[in-house]
Amino acid sequence: MKRTPLYAAHQKLGGKLIEFGGWEMPVQYTSITDEHLAVRQAAGLFDISHMGEVLVNGTGAEAFLNQTLTNDVRRLVPGQGQYTLMCNVRGGVLDDLYAYRLADQEYLLIINASRIEVDVAWLEKQLAAFSQRSDVNLRNASDTTGAVAVQGPRVIEFIDRCFPGPSTGGTGVNRVTDLKKNQIARFSYAGNAVWVSRTGYTGEDGFEVVAPSDRIETIWDELLLAGRPHGLKPAGLGARDTLRTEVCYPLYGHELDEETTPIEAGVGFFVALDKGEFNGRAVLAEQKAKGAAKKLVAFKMTGHSAPPRPHYGIWSAGPDAAKLGEVVSGTQSPSLGIGIGMGYVPAEFAKVNTPVEIEIRGKRAPAILVPKPIYRKPD
Amino acid sequence: MANVPSDLKYTKTHEWVRVSGDVATVGITDHAQHELTDVVFVELPDLGRQIKAGDSCAVVESVKTANDIYSPVSGRVTEVNQTIVANPALVNTEPYGGGWFYRLQLSQPAELSALLGPEQYQSQIGGV
Repeated sequence: MKRTPLYAAHQKLGGKLIEFGGWEMPVQYTSITDEHLAVRQAAGLFDISHMGEVLVNGTGAEAFLNQTLTNDVRRLVPGQGQYTLMCNVRGGVLDDLYAYRLADQEYLLIINASRIEVDVAWLEKQLAAFSQRSDVNLRNASDTTGAVAVQGPRVIEFIDRCFPGPSTGGTGVNRVTDLKKNQIARFSYAGNAVWVSRTGYTGEDGFEVVAPSDRIETIWDELLLAGRPHGLKPAGLGARDTLRTEVCYPLYGHELDEETTPIEAGVGFFVALDKGEFNGRAVLAEQKAKGAAKKLVAFKMTGHSAPPRPHYGIWSAGPDAAKLGEVVSGTQSPSLGIGIGMGYVPAEFAKVNTPVEIEIRGKRAPAILVPKPIYRKPD
Repeated sequence: MANVPSDLKYTKTHEWVRVSGDVATVGITDHAQHELTDVVFVELPDLGRQIKAGDSCAVVESVKTANDIYSPVSGRVTEVNQTIVANPALVNTEPYGGGWFYRLQLSQPAELSALLGPEQYQSQIGGV
């Protein structure tokens, strides 16, 4: 199993380590609920060094990425990022990722840990077939790059002290908290260049920091020290999963896989059909026009029941009950105190307020389809 | 360090038994609740059910996982703790008290001698 540069830091903090996508990662330090609520109410610090970083540079980079990814990188100005997907020719999702335009002809892709090998092989194959391949430089920097996410409403109280401005690349800002959502900037940190973006996977305000592997523990320690008085806690993959499930962000291998399209997964907004040819375009255009046969829905349990879990059956309610599909993500929601989840059902059943039943150990428990996100921050 | 009371019997699968006459009370250990963290749901056996030692007869769920509870001993279920159904967190805060799961009328009292004593259980979970 692979370890991130923060392995020793997790051990020191008493993190409970588990296997995730080939990596030995902390699932929790104290408790998932504690860490989850810290992120919703104050702040949480996550190790996301297992995620992959791929740099794409050159005069052909923009055209190459626009053929390979679903969103339109031409919409990005330097210092800006976008959620996007990488599809096969059938429109199935190879990965979902963030693409940042660091400079005019320089891009950073943040990809899922479990998909690094698949993605890099696919990108290399695509590049070999790309007409302007000599104008594109592709580099997998995953092994030499670490990353942390610092998330929650109180992060703005301390992050500026950790990365003094002004920025030295990307979006020009005087301090980190001047970044707007999806913007990214380079800061000089003890002589090293680190990239800080206003992004995350929790549904809270927050930032992600990408830095050379050998600097990431210092950054982790400094953020913890600066953030503790503001309620910051280290948070593991358990809380990361419950946080993203509450706000219905997809997780590769659950909501997304090579047999599922972005349209079916409800992320068609990130498919730019108007930009010209790209992998999967024909299938995705047809699905967008005619509608997909299956759709990702979100649900809440309505009675006292065990939490829903992946692979539990989703059934229609009523006398002619039939199995509609399966849960892909499910958990007890720490914010709401009830079972919540997502799953795929035939499109004709994918309507908010439809009663359904979740099959838990052979018994069916009532649930209802709800709008996404399942959890919305109180105003 | 996990609490392992000296007056109880234990299983390798982290259940405990308290015996009073021919009635056994069953719960999960402090070590088990600590490993689970955040118990959010408990499912208990039906009253009157005849259970054999080793049967999976209850479920305890944390945010992350569902775990079966295996009965340490055989008998008929005479009482279940509805309080932990309404308030599952009691399993975390009082694993040997208010967090008990169910009571059995023992049918094979001799099975008790096959269970782990406190020292044996402590050494299994890595204590001194």
